[in-house]
Amino acid sequence: MRPVIPYVTAALLFGLGAYGVLRRRNAVLVLMAVELMLNAVNLILVTADTTVRAQLPHAGQVFALFVIVLAAAEVGVGLAIVLQLYRLRADVAVDEVPLTDEPVPALVGAETGAGRAGGTGAVPEPDAPEGDR
Amino acid sequence: MTGADVLLLALGTVAVGAGLLVVTTRHLVRAGLHLVVCLGAVAGMYLVLTAELVAWVQVLIYVGAVVVLLLFAVMLTRAPIGASDDLDRPGWPAVLVGGGAGLGLSALLVDAFRWTRVELPAAGTAERLGEQVFRSWVLPFEVLSVLLLAALVGAVVLARPEIGRRAGPEREGRR
Repeated sequence: MRPVIPYVTAALLFGLGAYGVLRRRNAVLVLMAVELMLNAVNLILVTADTTVRAQLPHAGQVFALFVIVLAAAEVGVGLAIVLQLYRLRADVAVDEVPLTDEPVPALVGAETGAGRAGGTGAVPEPDAPEGDR
Repeated sequence: MTGADVLLLALGTVAVGAGLLVVTTRHLVRAGLHLVVCLGAVAGMYLVLTAELVAWVQVLIYVGAVVVLLLFAVMLTRAPIGASDDLDRPGWPAVLVGGGAGLGLSALLVDAFRWTRVELPAAGTAERLGEQVFRSWVLPFEVLSVLLLAALVGAVVLARPEIGRRAGPEREGRR
């Protein structure tokens, strides 16, 4: 078995993932590209496990398992953040997130919620003109 | 070339081709489906490389759970039928960094392992990997379970709908 084949595959996959992270605007597609990079790392670990004789047997495969678990945790939290962003902005373009503005409820459900909150406080809402800004 | 080499080459070609489609396609849902093909091909490479347990875990967690989550997110945020034109940013830095990383790492690895040949070791079955995980790697394993719990709680807290609403009254109170 020539280990150069999976090694080069992993390197190309990592390059594709880096390209996707920098190129894509949609946050979900950015997460997909991150998954590509994590898979490239896993492939390197598993190939190195068959190539290199380590002191502990199968250490590379155990590390690959750990990385898979980390990727699952990362994608869970990442998608929660993306959904929250979509709920606040009605958009998931990562290069158009204004980090300095205050969030504006953009969806219908969020707007009714803001209306209820404003109604209990008996204060007219200043949210709508800010949404146009 | 042995049979393992041919299999690895074919699966690697499929993986890289599907990965290329993931980062270049203009259909959001198709990107997720190409990701399934790419991750499945990588799982096949794990099988050829005698990492049985990792291959099946890859199929279970990545193809089964992570891609389904990503497709859920695509559907929940925006699911246009057909191609979308606003998915990409202008790409020269991305081409430079991605191409540089991929080709540079490839050159490095080809230079290091060009003539290397190895015999495939004993298969990484669940029994052998389990021995390792529960003997040598118990502490990282437990820490990882705590991390998973923390990620779970964090995702639930983040996904609550009240966070966006609470900003309104607080802001009014400050004025």
